[in-house]
Amino acid sequence: MKIIVLVKEVPDTYGDRKLNLETGLADRGASEAVIDEIGERALELALTYADANEGTEVALLSLAPEGATATIRKGLAMGAGSAIHVSDEALRGADLGLTAETLAAAVRRVGFDLVITGNVSTDGSGGMIPAMLAELLDVPHATGLSSVAISDGGVSGSRPVDAGVQTVSAKLPAVISITEALPGARFPNFKGIMAAKKKPLELLTLADLGITADNPEAARSIMLTVAERPPRAAGVKIIDEGDAGEKLADFLVENRLA
Amino acid sequence: MTEFPPDAILVVVETRSSGELEKAAPGLFGAAAGVGTPIALVLAAPGAGSAAATEAAGLGAVRVLIAENPDPSELGVPGVDALAAAAEQVQPDAILISHSLNGRDLAGRYAARSRAAVSADAIGVSRDDLGVVAHHSVYGGAYNVTSTSTFGAPVITVRQGSIEARATAQPLASEAWAVTRSEKPAARIDAFEEAVAATSRPELRGAAKVVAGGRGLGSEEQFALVEQLADTLGAAVGASRAAVDAGYIPQAQQVGQTGVSVSSQLYIALGISGAIQHRAGMQTSKMIVAINKDSDAPIFEIADFGVVGDLFKVVPQLISALEARKK
Repeated sequence: MKIIVLVKEVPDTYGDRKLNLETGLADRGASEAVIDEIGERALELALTYADANEGTEVALLSLAPEGATATIRKGLAMGAGSAIHVSDEALRGADLGLTAETLAAAVRRVGFDLVITGNVSTDGSGGMIPAMLAELLDVPHATGLSSVAISDGGVSGSRPVDAGVQTVSAKLPAVISITEALPGARFPNFKGIMAAKKKPLELLTLADLGITADNPEAARSIMLTVAERPPRAAGVKIIDEGDAGEKLADFLVENRLA
Repeated sequence: MTEFPPDAILVVVETRSSGELEKAAPGLFGAAAGVGTPIALVLAAPGAGSAAATEAAGLGAVRVLIAENPDPSELGVPGVDALAAAAEQVQPDAILISHSLNGRDLAGRYAARSRAAVSADAIGVSRDDLGVVAHHSVYGGAYNVTSTSTFGAPVITVRQGSIEARATAQPLASEAWAVTRSEKPAARIDAFEEAVAATSRPELRGAAKVVAGGRGLGSEEQFALVEQLADTLGAAVGASRAAVDAGYIPQAQQVGQTGVSVSSQLYIALGISGAIQHRAGMQTSKMIVAINKDSDAPIFEIADFGVVGDLFKVVPQLISALEARKK
Protein backbone atom coordinates (compact mmCIF):
# COMPACT_ATOMS: atom_id res chain seq x y z
CA MET A 1 0.00 0.00 0.00
CA LYS A 2 1.34 3.38 -0.98
CA ILE A 3 -0.15 6.38 0.79
CA ILE A 4 0.58 9.97 -0.21
CA VAL A 5 -0.19 12.64 2.38
CA LEU A 6 -0.54 16.25 1.29
CA VAL A 7 0.92 18.77 3.70
CA LYS A 8 0.82 22.52 3.37
CA GLU A 9 2.96 25.18 4.93
CA VAL A 10 0.73 27.96 6.23
CA PRO A 11 1.12 31.07 8.36
CA ASP A 12 0.55 30.17 12.00
CA THR A 13 -3.03 31.08 12.97
CA TYR A 14 -1.86 32.00 16.45
CA GLY A 15 -0.03 35.02 15.05
CA ASP A 16 -1.05 37.99 12.93
CA ARG A 17 -1.29 36.96 9.30
CA LYS A 18 -0.68 39.50 6.57
CA LEU A 19 -1.27 39.84 2.85
CA ASN A 20 1.03 41.97 0.74
CA LEU A 21 -1.23 44.80 -0.41
CA GLU A 22 0.61 45.21 -3.72
CA THR A 23 0.82 41.62 -4.87
CA GLY A 24 -2.12 40.23 -2.89
CA LEU A 25 0.08 37.29 -1.90
CA ALA A 26 0.69 35.99 1.59
CA ASP A 27 3.41 37.93 3.37
CA ARG A 28 5.40 34.93 4.49
CA GLY A 29 7.81 37.03 6.49
CA ALA A 30 5.04 38.44 8.70
CA SER A 31 4.31 35.29 10.65
CA GLU A 32 5.79 31.96 11.54
CA ALA A 33 5.34 29.16 8.99
CA VAL A 34 4.04 25.83 10.27
CA ILE A 35 2.60 22.64 8.77
CA ASP A 36 -1.14 23.11 8.65
CA GLU A 37 -2.47 21.19 11.63
CA ILE A 38 -5.04 19.35 9.53
CA GLY A 39 -2.19 18.02 7.35
CA GLU A 40 -0.50 16.67 10.48
CA ARG A 41 -3.71 14.82 11.33
CA ALA A 42 -3.78 13.38 7.80
CA LEU A 43 -0.21 12.19 8.30
CA GLU A 44 -1.11 10.70 11.68
CA LEU A 45 -3.86 8.66 10.01
CA ALA A 46 -1.40 7.31 7.42
CA LEU A 47 1.24 6.52 10.05
CA THR A 48 -1.27 4.73 12.28
CA TYR A 49 -2.17 2.49 9.35
CA ALA A 50 1.50 1.98 8.48
CA ASP A 51 2.31 1.03 12.10
CA ALA A 52 -0.24 -1.78 11.94
CA ASN A 53 0.40 -2.90 8.37
CA GLU A 54 3.90 -3.78 7.36
CA GLY A 55 4.92 -2.85 3.85
CA THR A 56 3.00 0.42 3.87
CA GLU A 57 4.85 3.31 2.29
CA VAL A 58 3.96 6.82 3.43
CA ALA A 59 5.15 9.70 1.24
CA LEU A 60 4.65 13.41 1.88
CA LEU A 61 3.81 15.78 -0.92
CA SER A 62 4.02 19.53 -0.54
CA LEU A 63 3.79 22.42 -2.95
CA ALA A 64 5.58 25.27 -1.25
CA PRO A 65 8.29 27.92 -1.62
CA GLU A 66 11.86 26.73 -1.46
CA GLY A 67 12.26 27.68 2.18
CA ALA A 68 9.62 25.18 3.31
CA THR A 69 12.08 22.31 3.66
CA ALA A 70 12.11 22.61 7.45
CA THR A 71 8.38 22.04 7.81
CA ILE A 72 8.53 19.09 5.40
CA ARG A 73 11.40 17.59 7.42
CA LYS A 74 9.13 17.75 10.45
CA GLY A 75 6.74 15.38 8.65
CA LEU A 76 9.62 13.04 7.92
CA ALA A 77 10.65 13.20 11.57
CA MET A 78 7.11 12.19 12.55
CA GLY A 79 7.57 9.02 10.50
CA ALA A 80 6.85 9.51 6.79
CA GLY A 81 9.27 7.52 4.62
CA SER A 82 9.97 10.05 1.89
CA ALA A 83 8.90 13.46 0.65
CA ILE A 84 8.35 15.32 -2.59
CA HIS A 85 8.64 19.08 -2.47
CA VAL A 86 7.37 20.86 -5.56
CA SER A 87 8.76 24.36 -5.80
CA ASP A 88 8.88 26.75 -8.73
CA GLU A 89 8.88 30.52 -9.13
CA ALA A 90 6.03 30.13 -11.63
CA LEU A 91 3.87 28.68 -8.84
CA ARG A 92 3.96 31.93 -6.87
CA GLY A 93 0.31 32.93 -6.43
CA ALA A 94 -0.90 29.74 -8.16
CA ASP A 95 -4.70 29.41 -8.19
CA LEU A 96 -6.59 26.25 -7.27
CA GLY A 97 -6.56 24.96 -10.85
CA LEU A 98 -2.79 25.18 -11.31
CA THR A 99 -2.20 23.86 -7.80
CA ALA A 100 -4.40 20.82 -8.44
CA GLU A 101 -2.80 20.10 -11.83
CA THR A 102 0.67 20.28 -10.33
CA LEU A 103 -0.20 18.09 -7.34
CA ALA A 104 -1.93 15.54 -9.59
CA ALA A 105 1.16 15.31 -11.80
CA ALA A 106 3.36 14.76 -8.75
CA VAL A 107 0.98 12.12 -7.32
CA ARG A 108 1.01 10.28 -10.65
CA ARG A 109 4.79 10.37 -10.75
CA VAL A 110 5.10 8.88 -7.26
CA GLY A 111 2.31 6.34 -7.77
CA PHE A 112 -0.39 5.80 -5.12
CA ASP A 113 -3.15 3.68 -3.68
CA LEU A 114 -4.52 6.35 -1.40
CA VAL A 115 -4.10 10.13 -1.16
CA ILE A 116 -4.96 11.66 2.22
CA THR A 117 -5.41 15.42 2.66
CA GLY A 118 -6.94 17.78 5.18
CA ASN A 119 -10.46 18.98 4.33
CA VAL A 120 -9.68 22.70 4.36
CA SER A 121 -6.47 24.65 4.85
CA THR A 122 -6.44 27.42 7.43
CA ASP A 123 -5.10 30.01 5.00
CA GLY A 124 -6.81 29.53 1.64
CA SER A 125 -9.91 27.80 3.04
CA GLY A 126 -10.92 26.73 -0.48
CA GLY A 127 -11.38 23.08 0.47
CA MET A 128 -11.50 21.95 -3.15
CA ILE A 129 -8.10 20.44 -3.86
CA PRO A 130 -9.16 16.89 -2.79
CA ALA A 131 -12.08 16.74 -5.25
CA MET A 132 -10.04 18.40 -7.98
CA LEU A 133 -7.26 15.86 -7.50
CA ALA A 134 -9.74 12.97 -7.65
CA GLU A 135 -11.13 14.28 -10.92
CA LEU A 136 -7.68 14.76 -12.46
CA LEU A 137 -6.49 11.33 -11.24
CA ASP A 138 -9.74 9.67 -12.36
CA VAL A 139 -10.42 8.10 -8.96
CA PRO A 140 -13.27 8.39 -6.41
CA HIS A 141 -13.23 11.08 -3.72
CA ALA A 142 -14.50 10.68 -0.18
CA THR A 143 -14.17 14.10 1.43
CA GLY A 144 -14.68 15.58 4.87
CA LEU A 145 -14.39 12.26 6.72
CA SER A 146 -14.71 12.42 10.50
CA SER A 147 -13.65 8.78 10.91
CA VAL A 148 -11.71 6.57 8.52
CA ALA A 149 -11.12 2.83 8.12
CA ILE A 150 -8.49 1.83 5.56
CA SER A 151 -8.43 -1.76 4.31
CA ASP A 152 -6.42 -3.54 1.66
CA GLY A 153 -8.56 -2.60 -1.29
CA GLY A 154 -10.78 0.14 0.03
CA VAL A 155 -11.42 3.02 2.36
CA SER A 156 -14.56 3.93 4.24
CA GLY A 157 -15.69 6.44 6.84
CA SER A 158 -18.26 8.84 8.22
CA ARG A 159 -18.96 11.95 6.21
CA PRO A 160 -20.90 14.66 8.06
CA VAL A 161 -22.91 16.81 5.64
CA ASP A 162 -25.35 19.64 6.32
CA ALA A 163 -28.34 17.42 7.02
CA GLY A 164 -26.77 14.42 8.73
CA VAL A 165 -23.98 11.88 8.49
CA GLN A 166 -23.27 9.66 5.51
CA THR A 167 -21.35 6.40 5.68
CA VAL A 168 -19.27 6.26 2.53
CA SER A 169 -16.85 3.80 0.95
CA ALA A 170 -14.58 3.77 -2.06
CA LYS A 171 -12.37 1.28 -3.80
CA LEU A 172 -8.68 2.12 -4.01
CA PRO A 173 -7.06 4.00 -5.57
CA ALA A 174 -8.91 6.97 -4.09
CA VAL A 175 -8.51 10.45 -2.64
CA ILE A 176 -9.87 11.19 0.83
CA SER A 177 -9.90 14.30 2.98
CA ILE A 178 -10.32 14.33 6.74
CA THR A 179 -11.71 16.71 9.36
CA GLU A 180 -10.40 17.89 12.70
CA ALA A 181 -12.36 15.10 14.37
CA LEU A 182 -9.42 12.78 13.61
CA PRO A 183 -6.67 12.36 16.21
CA GLY A 184 -3.92 14.96 16.47
CA ALA A 185 -0.39 14.26 15.39
CA ARG A 186 2.33 12.46 17.32
CA PHE A 187 5.40 14.44 18.33
CA PRO A 188 8.59 13.62 16.49
CA ASN A 189 11.05 11.96 18.88
CA PHE A 190 14.83 12.37 18.85
CA LYS A 191 15.34 9.18 16.85
CA GLY A 192 12.80 10.34 14.28
CA ILE A 193 14.45 13.73 13.97
CA MET A 194 17.86 12.14 13.37
CA ALA A 195 16.42 9.61 10.89
CA ALA A 196 14.59 12.35 8.97
CA LYS A 197 17.89 13.85 7.89
CA LYS A 198 18.68 10.72 5.88
CA LYS A 199 15.25 10.18 4.35
CA PRO A 200 14.79 10.99 0.67
CA LEU A 201 13.41 14.47 0.01
CA GLU A 202 13.06 15.15 -3.69
CA LEU A 203 12.76 18.71 -4.97
CA LEU A 204 10.80 19.02 -8.22
CA THR A 205 10.05 21.92 -10.53
CA LEU A 206 7.15 22.36 -12.93
CA ALA A 207 9.40 21.34 -15.82
CA ASP A 208 10.11 18.03 -14.05
CA LEU A 209 6.37 17.42 -13.92
CA GLY A 210 5.68 18.59 -17.48
CA ILE A 211 3.36 21.41 -16.36
CA THR A 212 3.24 24.88 -17.90
CA ALA A 213 1.96 27.55 -15.55
CA ASP A 214 0.59 29.76 -18.32
CA ASN A 215 -1.22 27.10 -20.33
CA PRO A 216 -3.56 29.13 -22.57
CA GLU A 217 -6.25 26.43 -22.52
CA ALA A 218 -6.85 26.64 -18.79
CA ALA A 219 -8.79 29.54 -17.30
CA ARG A 220 -7.18 30.85 -14.13
CA SER A 221 -8.60 32.66 -11.18
CA ILE A 222 -6.95 36.05 -10.74
CA MET A 223 -7.07 38.48 -7.86
CA LEU A 224 -8.38 41.88 -8.93
CA THR A 225 -8.13 43.89 -5.72
CA VAL A 226 -6.95 43.42 -2.18
CA ALA A 227 -7.61 45.78 0.69
CA GLU A 228 -7.08 45.66 4.40
CA ARG A 229 -10.35 45.76 6.24
CA PRO A 230 -10.44 48.84 8.47
CA PRO A 231 -9.75 47.69 12.01
CA ARG A 232 -12.82 47.31 14.12
CA ALA A 233 -13.12 50.07 16.64
CA ALA A 234 -13.96 49.21 20.21
CA GLY A 235 -17.33 50.49 21.40
CA VAL A 236 -18.64 51.05 24.90
CA LYS A 237 -16.99 49.21 27.78
CA ILE A 238 -18.71 49.28 31.15
CA ILE A 239 -17.65 47.85 34.46
CA ASP A 240 -20.39 45.89 36.18
CA GLU A 241 -21.79 47.75 39.15
CA GLY A 242 -24.57 45.30 39.71
CA ASP A 243 -26.77 46.45 36.83
CA ALA A 244 -24.72 45.47 33.75
CA GLY A 245 -27.20 42.73 32.81
CA GLU A 246 -30.02 45.30 32.77
CA LYS A 247 -27.94 47.76 30.75
CA LEU A 248 -27.00 45.11 28.25
CA ALA A 249 -30.64 44.07 27.88
CA ASP A 250 -31.53 47.73 27.15
CA PHE A 251 -28.75 47.91 24.59
CA LEU A 252 -29.94 44.76 22.81
CA VAL A 253 -33.57 45.89 22.79
CA GLU A 254 -32.63 49.37 21.49
CA ASN A 255 -30.70 47.77 18.64
CA ARG A 256 -33.58 45.40 17.97
CA LEU A 257 -31.39 42.40 18.63
CA ALA A 258 -33.48 40.88 21.42
CA MET B 1 -35.26 24.21 -26.87
CA THR B 2 -35.34 27.96 -26.53
CA GLU B 3 -32.19 29.96 -26.16
CA PHE B 4 -30.83 30.71 -22.75
CA PRO B 5 -30.46 34.39 -21.81
CA PRO B 6 -27.05 35.90 -22.67
CA ASP B 7 -26.51 37.04 -19.08
CA ALA B 8 -27.41 33.65 -17.55
CA ILE B 9 -26.03 32.80 -14.12
CA LEU B 10 -26.18 29.06 -13.55
CA VAL B 11 -27.12 28.30 -9.93
CA VAL B 12 -26.57 24.69 -8.89
CA VAL B 13 -28.60 23.51 -5.91
CA GLU B 14 -29.20 20.06 -4.44
CA THR B 15 -32.19 18.69 -2.58
CA ARG B 16 -32.06 17.59 1.05
CA SER B 17 -33.37 14.24 2.23
CA SER B 18 -36.67 16.00 3.00
CA GLY B 19 -36.94 16.84 -0.72
CA GLU B 20 -36.60 20.57 -0.10
CA LEU B 21 -33.76 22.57 -1.62
CA GLU B 22 -30.61 23.05 0.44
CA LYS B 23 -30.69 25.96 2.89
CA ALA B 24 -28.21 28.05 0.91
CA ALA B 25 -30.57 28.17 -2.12
CA PRO B 26 -32.34 31.52 -1.40
CA GLY B 27 -29.01 33.34 -1.02
CA LEU B 28 -27.57 31.77 -4.18
CA PHE B 29 -30.55 32.90 -6.29
CA GLY B 30 -30.44 36.30 -4.58
CA ALA B 31 -26.77 36.71 -5.49
CA ALA B 32 -27.39 35.49 -9.06
CA ALA B 33 -30.28 37.89 -9.66
CA GLY B 34 -28.00 40.80 -8.74
CA VAL B 35 -25.60 40.07 -11.60
CA GLY B 36 -27.71 38.37 -14.29
CA THR B 37 -30.60 36.02 -15.03
CA PRO B 38 -30.72 33.06 -12.62
CA ILE B 39 -31.03 29.66 -14.30
CA ALA B 40 -31.26 26.73 -11.88
CA LEU B 41 -29.75 23.30 -12.18
CA VAL B 42 -31.51 21.23 -9.53
CA LEU B 43 -29.71 18.04 -8.47
CA ALA B 44 -32.57 16.03 -7.04
CA ALA B 45 -33.18 12.63 -5.53
CA PRO B 46 -35.43 10.44 -7.72
CA GLY B 47 -38.99 11.79 -7.62
CA ALA B 48 -38.04 15.02 -5.82
CA GLY B 49 -37.35 17.04 -8.96
CA SER B 50 -40.67 18.71 -9.75
CA ALA B 51 -41.35 19.95 -6.22
CA ALA B 52 -37.78 21.25 -6.01
CA ALA B 53 -38.19 23.00 -9.37
CA THR B 54 -41.28 24.82 -8.08
CA GLU B 55 -39.31 25.88 -5.04
CA ALA B 56 -36.42 27.10 -7.23
CA ALA B 57 -38.78 29.19 -9.39
CA GLY B 58 -40.26 30.67 -6.21
CA LEU B 59 -36.74 31.67 -5.18
CA GLY B 60 -36.08 33.43 -8.49
CA ALA B 61 -34.99 30.89 -11.11
CA VAL B 62 -36.18 32.02 -14.55
CA ARG B 63 -35.67 28.50 -15.89
CA VAL B 64 -35.09 25.26 -14.04
CA LEU B 65 -33.21 22.24 -15.34
CA ILE B 66 -34.11 19.16 -13.30
CA ALA B 67 -31.41 16.48 -13.06
CA GLU B 68 -32.75 13.55 -11.07
CA ASN B 69 -29.99 11.18 -10.16
CA PRO B 70 -31.11 7.59 -10.79
CA ASP B 71 -28.48 6.24 -8.39
CA PRO B 72 -28.33 8.57 -5.39
CA SER B 73 -25.81 6.33 -3.62
CA GLU B 74 -23.11 7.49 -6.00
CA LEU B 75 -21.13 10.29 -4.37
CA GLY B 76 -20.61 13.49 -6.32
CA VAL B 77 -19.83 12.34 -9.84
CA PRO B 78 -23.41 12.38 -11.29
CA GLY B 79 -23.78 16.02 -10.21
CA VAL B 80 -20.56 16.93 -12.01
CA ASP B 81 -21.80 15.18 -15.17
CA ALA B 82 -25.07 17.13 -14.98
CA LEU B 83 -23.29 20.43 -14.40
CA ALA B 84 -20.83 19.86 -17.26
CA ALA B 85 -23.72 19.26 -19.67
CA ALA B 86 -25.75 22.20 -18.33
CA ALA B 87 -22.85 24.66 -18.53
CA GLU B 88 -22.27 23.60 -22.13
CA GLN B 89 -25.89 24.39 -23.05
CA VAL B 90 -26.53 27.45 -20.91
CA GLN B 91 -23.15 29.14 -21.57
CA PRO B 92 -23.52 31.16 -18.35
CA ASP B 93 -21.51 34.20 -17.29
CA ALA B 94 -20.86 32.53 -13.92
CA ILE B 95 -21.71 29.36 -12.01
CA LEU B 96 -22.79 29.75 -8.39
CA ILE B 97 -22.64 26.84 -5.92
CA SER B 98 -22.85 26.70 -2.13
CA HIS B 99 -19.51 26.47 -0.30
CA SER B 100 -20.79 23.37 1.52
CA LEU B 101 -18.85 20.10 1.52
CA ASN B 102 -20.86 18.75 -1.43
CA GLY B 103 -20.77 22.12 -3.17
CA ARG B 104 -16.98 22.32 -2.88
CA ASP B 105 -16.58 18.82 -4.28
CA LEU B 106 -18.90 19.64 -7.17
CA ALA B 107 -17.20 22.94 -7.97
CA GLY B 108 -13.72 21.45 -7.66
CA ARG B 109 -14.40 18.42 -9.82
CA TYR B 110 -16.25 20.43 -12.45
CA ALA B 111 -13.52 23.09 -12.63
CA ALA B 112 -10.80 20.45 -12.91
CA ARG B 113 -12.71 18.68 -15.67
CA SER B 114 -13.56 21.78 -17.71
CA ARG B 115 -10.41 23.74 -16.81
CA ALA B 116 -12.55 26.58 -15.53
CA ALA B 117 -11.34 29.03 -12.90
CA VAL B 118 -12.64 28.71 -9.33
CA SER B 119 -13.30 31.51 -6.89
CA ALA B 120 -13.79 29.79 -3.54
CA ASP B 121 -15.66 30.92 -0.45
CA ALA B 122 -17.13 34.16 -1.85
CA ILE B 123 -19.27 36.39 0.36
CA GLY B 124 -20.72 38.36 -2.56
CA VAL B 125 -20.69 38.79 -6.33
CA SER B 126 -20.78 41.85 -8.58
CA ARG B 127 -20.38 42.57 -12.27
CA ASP B 128 -17.82 44.77 -14.01
CA ASP B 129 -17.30 45.47 -17.73
CA LEU B 130 -15.62 42.14 -18.27
CA GLY B 131 -17.75 39.77 -16.28
CA VAL B 132 -18.73 38.49 -12.87
CA VAL B 133 -16.45 39.24 -9.93
CA ALA B 134 -16.34 37.32 -6.65
CA HIS B 135 -15.79 39.09 -3.31
CA HIS B 136 -13.95 37.31 -0.54
CA SER B 137 -13.16 37.99 3.07
CA VAL B 138 -9.82 36.32 3.83
CA TYR B 139 -7.64 35.61 6.86
CA GLY B 140 -10.68 35.67 9.10
CA GLY B 141 -12.00 38.92 7.72
CA ALA B 142 -8.76 40.90 7.97
CA TYR B 143 -8.68 41.51 4.21
CA ASN B 144 -11.22 42.05 1.45
CA VAL B 145 -10.24 40.53 -1.88
CA THR B 146 -11.95 40.36 -5.27
CA SER B 147 -11.25 37.73 -7.91
CA THR B 148 -12.41 36.62 -11.32
CA SER B 149 -11.54 34.35 -14.21
CA THR B 150 -8.95 35.09 -16.92
CA PHE B 151 -11.59 33.91 -19.42
CA GLY B 152 -14.77 31.85 -19.37
CA ALA B 153 -17.37 31.70 -16.63
CA PRO B 154 -15.89 31.63 -13.12
CA VAL B 155 -17.11 28.84 -10.84
CA ILE B 156 -17.93 30.63 -7.59
CA THR B 157 -18.69 28.90 -4.30
CA VAL B 158 -20.63 31.13 -1.94
CA ARG B 159 -20.17 31.01 1.84
CA GLN B 160 -23.32 29.77 3.53
CA GLY B 161 -25.38 32.49 5.17
CA SER B 162 -23.34 35.34 3.65
CA ILE B 163 -25.91 36.66 1.16
CA GLU B 164 -28.86 38.66 2.44
CA ALA B 165 -30.31 39.56 -1.01
CA ARG B 166 -33.30 37.56 -2.26
CA ALA B 167 -34.59 37.31 -5.83
CA THR B 168 -38.16 37.92 -7.01
CA ALA B 169 -40.25 34.77 -7.54
CA GLN B 170 -40.64 33.66 -11.16
CA PRO B 171 -43.31 31.64 -12.97
CA LEU B 172 -42.27 27.99 -13.20
CA ALA B 173 -40.48 27.04 -16.42
CA SER B 174 -38.80 23.69 -15.96
CA GLU B 175 -37.48 20.86 -18.07
CA ALA B 176 -36.05 17.44 -17.30
CA TRP B 177 -32.32 17.40 -17.79
CA ALA B 178 -31.14 14.07 -19.16
CA VAL B 179 -27.42 13.51 -18.64
CA THR B 180 -24.95 11.24 -20.33
CA ARG B 181 -22.90 9.71 -17.55
CA SER B 182 -19.14 10.04 -17.56
CA GLU B 183 -18.77 6.63 -15.86
CA LYS B 184 -15.96 8.09 -13.77
CA PRO B 185 -15.35 6.06 -10.60
CA ALA B 186 -17.19 7.40 -7.56
CA ALA B 187 -17.37 6.60 -3.87
CA ARG B 188 -20.64 5.11 -2.61
CA ILE B 189 -22.96 6.35 0.08
CA ASP B 190 -23.76 3.14 1.98
CA ALA B 191 -25.93 4.69 4.66
CA PHE B 192 -27.27 8.04 5.77
CA GLU B 193 -28.28 9.04 9.23
CA GLU B 194 -30.29 12.21 9.36
CA ALA B 195 -29.23 14.62 12.07
CA VAL B 196 -31.98 14.70 14.63
CA ALA B 197 -32.24 18.24 15.86
CA ALA B 198 -31.82 17.72 19.59
CA THR B 199 -33.08 21.21 20.21
CA SER B 200 -34.91 23.82 18.20
CA ARG B 201 -31.77 25.93 18.44
CA PRO B 202 -30.53 27.35 15.13
CA GLU B 203 -27.52 25.85 13.43
CA LEU B 204 -24.25 27.68 14.16
CA ARG B 205 -23.20 28.06 10.53
CA GLY B 206 -25.15 30.90 9.01
CA ALA B 207 -26.88 31.82 12.31
CA ALA B 208 -28.17 35.39 12.69
CA LYS B 209 -27.35 35.40 16.40
CA VAL B 210 -24.66 33.49 18.24
CA VAL B 211 -23.91 33.16 21.95
CA ALA B 212 -20.45 31.67 22.47
CA GLY B 213 -18.70 30.54 25.63
CA GLY B 214 -15.04 30.18 26.52
CA ARG B 215 -12.88 28.78 29.25
CA GLY B 216 -14.36 31.38 31.62
CA LEU B 217 -17.43 29.16 31.96
CA GLY B 218 -15.29 26.88 34.09
CA SER B 219 -17.04 23.53 33.59
CA GLU B 220 -19.31 21.54 31.33
CA GLU B 221 -22.20 22.01 33.80
CA GLN B 222 -21.75 25.75 33.97
CA PHE B 223 -21.59 25.95 30.17
CA ALA B 224 -25.39 25.49 30.34
CA LEU B 225 -25.56 29.22 31.06
CA VAL B 226 -24.43 29.89 27.47
CA GLU B 227 -27.24 27.67 26.21
CA GLN B 228 -29.80 29.42 28.43
CA LEU B 229 -28.89 32.84 27.06
CA ALA B 230 -28.86 31.44 23.51
CA ASP B 231 -32.37 30.05 23.97
CA THR B 232 -33.61 33.34 25.40
CA LEU B 233 -32.36 35.15 22.30
CA GLY B 234 -33.15 32.40 19.78
CA ALA B 235 -29.42 32.21 19.06
CA ALA B 236 -27.04 29.42 18.07
CA VAL B 237 -24.43 28.18 20.54
CA GLY B 238 -20.74 28.55 19.80
CA ALA B 239 -17.51 28.10 21.73
CA SER B 240 -13.87 29.06 21.75
CA ARG B 241 -11.24 26.44 21.12
CA ALA B 242 -10.27 26.58 24.79
CA ALA B 243 -13.81 25.57 25.79
CA VAL B 244 -13.80 22.74 23.25
CA ASP B 245 -10.39 21.50 24.37
CA ALA B 246 -11.58 21.59 27.99
CA GLY B 247 -14.45 19.31 26.96
CA TYR B 248 -17.30 21.72 27.77
CA ILE B 249 -18.87 21.30 24.33
CA PRO B 250 -18.33 19.25 21.12
CA GLN B 251 -15.87 20.43 18.50
CA ALA B 252 -18.66 21.05 15.98
CA GLN B 253 -19.52 24.22 17.92
CA GLN B 254 -16.02 25.70 17.70
CA VAL B 255 -15.87 29.19 16.26
CA GLY B 256 -12.54 30.31 14.88
CA GLN B 257 -9.90 29.85 12.29
CA THR B 258 -9.97 26.08 12.73
CA GLY B 259 -13.70 25.79 13.15
CA VAL B 260 -16.85 27.49 11.97
CA SER B 261 -16.65 31.07 10.67
CA VAL B 262 -19.70 33.15 11.49
CA SER B 263 -20.84 36.57 10.31
CA SER B 264 -23.85 36.97 12.53
CA GLN B 265 -25.99 40.04 13.25
CA LEU B 266 -25.22 39.60 16.96
CA TYR B 267 -22.29 37.77 18.54
CA ILE B 268 -22.13 37.51 22.32
CA ALA B 269 -18.81 36.24 23.71
CA LEU B 270 -18.97 34.97 27.30
CA GLY B 271 -15.73 34.31 29.15
CA ILE B 272 -13.77 34.36 25.89
CA SER B 273 -10.46 36.24 25.96
CA GLY B 274 -10.47 36.75 22.20
CA ALA B 275 -7.28 35.16 20.88
CA ILE B 276 -6.60 35.94 17.21
CA GLN B 277 -7.54 32.35 16.42
CA HIS B 278 -11.06 32.94 17.74
CA ARG B 279 -11.48 36.48 16.43
CA ALA B 280 -10.68 35.26 12.92
CA GLY B 281 -13.91 33.26 12.98
CA MET B 282 -16.28 35.95 14.27
CA GLN B 283 -14.95 39.48 13.82
CA THR B 284 -17.05 40.14 10.72
CA SER B 285 -20.19 39.90 12.86
CA LYS B 286 -22.24 43.11 12.81
CA MET B 287 -22.65 43.60 16.57
CA ILE B 288 -20.23 42.09 19.06
CA VAL B 289 -20.94 41.94 22.79
CA ALA B 290 -18.34 40.65 25.27
CA ILE B 291 -18.59 39.79 28.94
CA ASN B 292 -15.30 39.01 30.67
CA LYS B 293 -13.86 39.55 34.12
CA ASP B 294 -10.46 40.54 32.71
CA SER B 295 -10.68 44.15 31.55
CA ASP B 296 -7.54 43.67 29.43
CA ALA B 297 -9.00 40.75 27.43
CA PRO B 298 -8.37 41.38 23.70
CA ILE B 299 -12.02 40.62 22.91
CA PHE B 300 -12.86 44.13 24.23
CA GLU B 301 -10.80 45.67 21.39
CA ILE B 302 -13.45 44.58 18.90
CA ALA B 303 -16.56 44.60 21.10
CA ASP B 304 -19.31 47.13 20.39
CA PHE B 305 -20.56 46.61 23.94
CA GLY B 306 -18.21 45.24 26.57
CA VAL B 307 -18.99 44.36 30.16
CA VAL B 308 -16.16 43.89 32.62
CA GLY B 309 -17.67 41.68 35.24
CA ASP B 310 -18.54 38.25 36.56
CA LEU B 311 -20.51 36.48 33.84
CA PHE B 312 -22.22 34.29 36.45
CA LYS B 313 -23.82 37.47 37.83
CA VAL B 314 -24.30 39.47 34.63
CA VAL B 315 -25.74 36.72 32.41
CA PRO B 316 -28.54 35.55 34.76
CA GLN B 317 -29.53 39.19 35.26
CA LEU B 318 -29.47 39.70 31.48
CA ILE B 319 -31.65 36.62 30.93
CA SER B 320 -34.28 37.72 33.45
CA ALA B 321 -34.21 41.30 32.11
CA LEU B 322 -34.78 40.00 28.57
CA GLU B 323 -37.57 37.69 29.78
CA ALA B 324 -39.20 40.63 31.58
CA ARG B 325 -39.12 42.78 28.46
CA LYS B 326 -40.73 40.03 26.40
CA LYS B 327 -43.83 40.13 28.58
